[in-house]
Amino acid sequence: MLKNYEIILENICFAYKQRNILENVNLEIQKGEFASIVGPNGGGKTTLLKLILGLIKPDRGKIQIFGKSPDKARHQIGYMPQYAHLDMNFPASVMDVVLMGRLEKKSLWFSRKDRKKAVEAIEQVGMTAFTKTGFNELSGGQKQRILIARALCSNPDILLLDEPTANVDHKTEENLLSILQNLNDRITILLVSHDLGFVSKYVKSVICVNLDVVIHPTTMLTGELIKDIYQGDLKMVRHDHRCSDEGHTHD
Amino acid sequence: MIELFNSIFTAIFDPDNLFLRYAFIMGGLASISFGIIGTFVTIKRIGYLAGAISHCVFGGIGLALFLQVKVGLAWFDPILGAVLAAVIAAVITGLVSLHAKEREDTIIGTLWAVGMASGILLIDMTPGYFNLASYLFGDILLISSQDLLYVASLDILVLGIFILFFNRFFSVCFDDEFTSLRGINTTFFYLLLLILTALTVVLLVRIVGVVLVIALLTIPPAIASFYAKRLWQMMVYSVMICLFFTWAGLGLSYSLSLSSGPTIIVLSGTVYLILLVVHRFIKS
Repeated sequence: MLKNYEIILENICFAYKQRNILENVNLEIQKGEFASIVGPNGGGKTTLLKLILGLIKPDRGKIQIFGKSPDKARHQIGYMPQYAHLDMNFPASVMDVVLMGRLEKKSLWFSRKDRKKAVEAIEQVGMTAFTKTGFNELSGGQKQRILIARALCSNPDILLLDEPTANVDHKTEENLLSILQNLNDRITILLVSHDLGFVSKYVKSVICVNLDVVIHPTTMLTGELIKDIYQGDLKMVRHDHRCSDEGHTHD
Repeated sequence: MIELFNSIFTAIFDPDNLFLRYAFIMGGLASISFGIIGTFVTIKRIGYLAGAISHCVFGGIGLALFLQVKVGLAWFDPILGAVLAAVIAAVITGLVSLHAKEREDTIIGTLWAVGMASGILLIDMTPGYFNLASYLFGDILLISSQDLLYVASLDILVLGIFILFFNRFFSVCFDDEFTSLRGINTTFFYLLLLILTALTVVLLVRIVGVVLVIALLTIPPAIASFYAKRLWQMMVYSVMICLFFTWAGLGLSYSLSLSSGPTIIVLSGTVYLILLVVHRFIKS
C-alpha cells in the first residue's frame, strides 16, 4: 500500500432520492490520523461514515480499507453511532451494552476474555464505577463514553464516531476529546462534529464535506477556509479558538 | 376469597373436569414462551406486527377448515393451517417492516384486515357450522392433550433457541446497525424472532383467541419493565406475571362462568393500568 493509507475513497458518488449527497469524492486517510468531519447539515457527513463502514454502497467509485472492501475490513473498524436512535427504555446494564462490541460470528456466548476486554474498555473511558448501572440511567455524556467503550473493546485499528460530542456540555466534550486524543496513539480516528471551532484544538486534520470532500491539516485552517466550508454561515464558528500552536488569522 | 380459591381448587381436581386441568397446564406451559417472546416483542416495539400475524392466523384457520371440509383434505388440520399462515405472515410482515419504510403501517394494516376477512370468507364458503367466537376469543373446552404436547414442544424450541442466541437477539433488538457491523446477519435473527412470535401466537389462540392474544403478549412484559433492569430479568418476571394472569383468569372465569380469554385480558389489562398510574404517581 502506498504511503500507509488506511482508507482510500476513489471517485465516490452517492445520491439519495435523486439528490446528490456526494459527488466525485476522493479521500485518503493515513495511519494515525485524527480528523474531524465537518460540514453543513445534510452535507453528507454521516453518509461518508456509512460508506466507509459499508452500511451503504456508493453509486460509483471504489472504497478500500486496508486494501480490502469495507465489508471485509469491518472487524477492524470500531463505530460509535449517535445514541439518539437507541431505545432509552431498553433493559440493559453498561456491561451488557459494551459486550456487544465483542459479538462475533463464530462464538455464541461471551468468554472470560470478552468480559475482560469489556472491563478494560470501560476503564479506558473512565466509567468503571458504572459497570453494573443501567444504561438508561446514565447522562448523555456518560452514554457517549459507554458507546465509545463498546467501539473500543473489539480492538479496532480505525475508530469512527458520529457526533460523539452532540448534546453534552463543554466540560464533558473536552473530557471525551482528551480520551480520544490518548487513543489516537494507536488508533486512527475520524469523528463527525457540528462544532469545528472547539474540536480543532484536538484533531490533526479537518475533513470538510459538502458535496465534495477536502481534507486540511488544522495548521492550515484559516478564516477564509472556514468561511468557505460554511459558505458564509459564520454563526457556527467560534472565533476565540486556537487551531494550532501557531494560531490562525482571520483577515 | 378463600371460598373462591377452594372451589377452584376442588374444580381442578374434579375427575370430570379434565378440560379445566388441561387449560391450567396449557396456561402454565404457554406462559414460558409468552414471557420470553413477549419481552422481545415489547422491547423491539413490534406489537403491531404480532397483531397482524395473529389476524392472519385466522385466515389460515379458515383455509384449513375449507380444505378439510369442502375439498376433502382430511389431514389438513386447522392448527396446520394456522401454523402455515402464521409463518408466512411473519416472513411477509418482517420483510415489509425492513424494506417498505414509508408505507409500512399501511401494508401491515392491510395484511391485518385481509388476513381476518379472508378467514371469515373461507368459513362462509365451508359447509357446516363453526363457532367463530371460539377462534376469536378463545375456548378452553377445545384444548386437547395433543395441544399440550404442541405447547410443550414449542417451549423447548423457544427456550433452546433463545439460550443459544440470547446475545444475538439482545443486540439485534438494542442496536441492529451496530450488530450487523459485527458480522451478524440481523435480518435472519429478526425474521426468526417473528416466526417464533407467530408460532407462539398460534398456540395461545386456544386460550385467548386471535383478537386478544396481543394483549397477553405485551402486558406482562410491560409490567415486568417497571421492575427489571436487565433483559433476562424482564423475561423471568414476564413469565411469572403471565402465569399469574392466565391461572387467575382461568380460575375466575370458571367460578364466575365467564369466557376465559376476555377474563384473562380484562384482569391483566386492569392490573397494568393501575400499576401504570401508580408508577407515574411515584415518579412525580
